[in-house]
Amino acid sequence: MENQNSTDTMTVPAEQQQSQQHNGNGQPQQSQRRSANAFLRPRTHIVETGDGYTLQVELPGVNKHGLEITVENGELTIVGRREPFQTEAELVYRESRTADFRRAFELDPSIDTTRIAARLEQGVLTLDLPKAEAAKPRRIEVAVA
Amino acid sequence: MNIIRYQTPSAVAPVLPRLSGLSALSSEMDRLFSAFPFFGGSEERFEGWQPAVDLYHDKDSVLVRAELPGMNKEDIHVSLHEDVLTLSGERRQEKSHNEKGNLRSERYFGKFERRFTLPVRVDSRRVAASYEDGVLTVTLPKAEEAKPRQIEVNVK
Repeated sequence: MENQNSTDTMTVPAEQQQSQQHNGNGQPQQSQRRSANAFLRPRTHIVETGDGYTLQVELPGVNKHGLEITVENGELTIVGRREPFQTEAELVYRESRTADFRRAFELDPSIDTTRIAARLEQGVLTLDLPKAEAAKPRRIEVAVA
Repeated sequence: MNIIRYQTPSAVAPVLPRLSGLSALSSEMDRLFSAFPFFGGSEERFEGWQPAVDLYHDKDSVLVRAELPGMNKEDIHVSLHEDVLTLSGERRQEKSHNEKGNLRSERYFGKFERRFTLPVRVDSRRVAASYEDGVLTVTLPKAEEAKPRQIEVNVK
């Protein structure tokens, strides 16, 4: 996870790999350079299916009230805000990070943005991004005279 | 999700193949835990993914929270043996997401295990756990003898 707000490109995902740090959840290395409005970059799994793409985004602690998904100018933005754990008890040890999540993806233009479907289940957001009918490969029958 | 009685270490600590990146992470975690006096340090090394864990306490109980997004409740196991709490389980990958066509794979799948030595005795019969929004919360009420007590001393 990264504190950055850059846009991923779904069409060319390989280009985005340089900044990936698999530092696990809750590693303390970034705390010193985190500012008040920094976001965590949630871990994401992207699969290309026959009909489009499926994204799975890990947003632990986020419920649907804290989730904001927007599509604008061919860019999909996911923001997940979480409430701090409500307890009277004293925190004695922390590995998790408290910042909210944000990540943006540049959408393949063939995606039909009117048909994007989202569900949030146990802290994982699943987005189905279907391609427009016209963009799907089609077999064209040729009539032989 | 089950709260199970502790069985044997081999039953709750499945062996995974060594993964070089995770092994470095794991030794880092070991270092962190040994530097932190509240926990007794993780007892043995385990090669897998490691969810972030937070610990709270008040006068009545110890609360442990673990970030475990995208699990089935049935695949989360919480066990307690004396003062050692073990959180373990397996995150399964949907078959449809395991085929070629993966453009990006940042999520960890497979087994995890975290083991902590609790700072106080807890009442094992009253341990409760809940799983909500991908976060596991385990509440461990302190054993009566571990609670702070005020002792009246008669001064003559």
